[in-house]
Amino acid sequence: MKGDRSIASETKMGFCRRRNRRVLPGFRLTLGFTLLYLSLLVLIPLSTLVLWMGRLGWEELWSTFTAPRTLAAYRLSLLGALIAAGTNAVFGLLVAWVLVRYRFPGRRLLDTLVDLPFALPTAVAGIALTAIYAPTGVIGRLFASVGIQTAYSPLGVVLAMVFVSLPFVIRITQPVLQDIDREVEEAAATLGATRLQTFTRVILPAIIPAVLTGFAMAFARAVGEYGSIVFISGNMPGRTEIVPLLIMTRLEEFNYAGATSVALVLLLLSFVMLLLINLLQAWIRRGAPV
Amino acid sequence: MKIEVVDVTKTFGCHRALDGVTLQVDDGELVALLGPSGCGKTTLLRIIAGLETADQGEVLFDGENASGRHARERRVGFVFQHYALFRHMTVFGNVAFGLRVRPRRQRPGRAQIRQRVYELLRLVQLEEFAGSYPAQLSGGQRQRVALARALALQPRVLLLDEPFGALDAKVRQELRRWLRRLHDELHVTSVFVTHDQEEALEVADRVVVMNQGGIMQIGTPPDVFHNPASEFVMNFLGSVNVFHGRVEGGRAFLGPLQVDCSSDHPLARPARALVRPYNLDLDTRSNGRPCFLATVRHIHAAGPRVKVELTTEAGAFVEVDLAPERYQELNLSVGESVFVSARDVRVFVGDEPERSHRLEFQDGDSPTVMDDLRPGTEGRSG
Repeated sequence: MKGDRSIASETKMGFCRRRNRRVLPGFRLTLGFTLLYLSLLVLIPLSTLVLWMGRLGWEELWSTFTAPRTLAAYRLSLLGALIAAGTNAVFGLLVAWVLVRYRFPGRRLLDTLVDLPFALPTAVAGIALTAIYAPTGVIGRLFASVGIQTAYSPLGVVLAMVFVSLPFVIRITQPVLQDIDREVEEAAATLGATRLQTFTRVILPAIIPAVLTGFAMAFARAVGEYGSIVFISGNMPGRTEIVPLLIMTRLEEFNYAGATSVALVLLLLSFVMLLLINLLQAWIRRGAPV
Repeated sequence: MKIEVVDVTKTFGCHRALDGVTLQVDDGELVALLGPSGCGKTTLLRIIAGLETADQGEVLFDGENASGRHARERRVGFVFQHYALFRHMTVFGNVAFGLRVRPRRQRPGRAQIRQRVYELLRLVQLEEFAGSYPAQLSGGQRQRVALARALALQPRVLLLDEPFGALDAKVRQELRRWLRRLHDELHVTSVFVTHDQEEALEVADRVVVMNQGGIMQIGTPPDVFHNPASEFVMNFLGSVNVFHGRVEGGRAFLGPLQVDCSSDHPLARPARALVRPYNLDLDTRSNGRPCFLATVRHIHAAGPRVKVELTTEAGAFVEVDLAPERYQELNLSVGESVFVSARDVRVFVGDEPERSHRLEFQDGDSPTVMDDLRPGTEGRSG
């Protein structure tokens, strides 16, 4: 996505260059660097993955995909990420709303706190979450008393996913919310709209692309999360084993082909998410400047 | 519909935005709230719309108290300075919004909404833009969409907050005239806020001049322009030359000017004389009229009137506005000394411009006679 954006801005620069010299030189140099950088970091490793998979026969691939253990891992990773991203879309929007709309003591501190899941090493997050949600932990005990197991269950996996993908929706919707003019809401009010109508017809359409983008990013992050989940999930094959862990396990078995094929599906999924995010961003830009 | 504002007070923190404002706008009238920024004019408009609640006082619509009613129940059309269009909706969607959010029972059918929206778009001459998004329109077009949107519900009152403030001069002038025509067609009671005196004087039936949270003067445009009730109003409604001085023993001593006046106050008090640039005349020779000497510093000859900047012997700045014919006749050049005479001088007594009052003069029974007032015979250098 980053690459896409910088290329877009550079073609614009190149277009301008023809008409008049830019104040700042270096279009060729920077474009060359950008291409090299992205190739080294993104394209070459990914193409290796595809090459690796080429060594497997289709049948072998198919049997790897359809193995119950693989399917269960996909199911957990995808469903869990979906739930986590959905949760964050709703509550992240709420947090962003509070942070943007109201002034209260401690607001800045709260605002900084949002970034913590980004800043924290995932292993640290994993240990902390496990300690709290384990059946003997502070919160885990409460859940355990009503018969709900949190750590070492799919619920624990989802909790860790919610934690690591928390900042996305908040950080993406915040500037969009800030951008909404108070006057637009007042205009809706003078036109006879109720509060609910103002929210659903005026505010929500303005922020929904941002919320969806945040959702997609949170989803991508949750699917790929490894560090914190392995601590809390218990890693039971077919029950609490996530896809990244399955890849790791296959590698430890020296089953490179198996690992690659599982990884490839994850790669395809990332591509689909990337496409979706870019489409959503184009949608946001559609009616942007007023 | 008639709007009455009764003794409205509003405070923001420790800033008193409105201080006991009372105002009446008659049915079908177009009234301008005019004043410098921060004078409370926008606050007053927002209180009438119900977007702000007054600390004290009431707003009556046709004699009925509207103070407790929410903005959405007041049936006012409000046009914002920065348009406040719904940017994710097309022009059509924006204009139709008010009709679409009506309770189901009162909501017109699709065809009716369509018909009404196109009617309004024809009115604002934007029919072909129905499918465009606000971002694709120019500023003037956006403001017309905002106006059409505000008119969709057939509001009882139309309120406009600096409607042309964000537009460039040319478009502004056009829209101003267009608003006047529109008002003459629709006759909806309208109040608009502006800090541009030209706009207020040109468009409005009546002008309400405001300053520091209070109303300074209410009147028709010629009335407030030619008969300013206070120094502030005169100063705000156009450029003026100010001569500082004092009033003492029936005479006003105002720099180079002296005027007879009937101040029964025994003590000397500070006073200022205000003269509009076009009420000053220049002459190369003393012509017997009371006058004072000044030096030409600068001449702006580009425009329908010639503006001459001068300094008096005491160093005060004086601006004179001459007809081009007169300018040619005089054949002025920079650095030349000329005699300045005044046609219409207004003297205001008091310490602060806002609280000062106009003096009655001996040779005039009523304030209107003041229009003819001449400076005293002993102009300092005359």
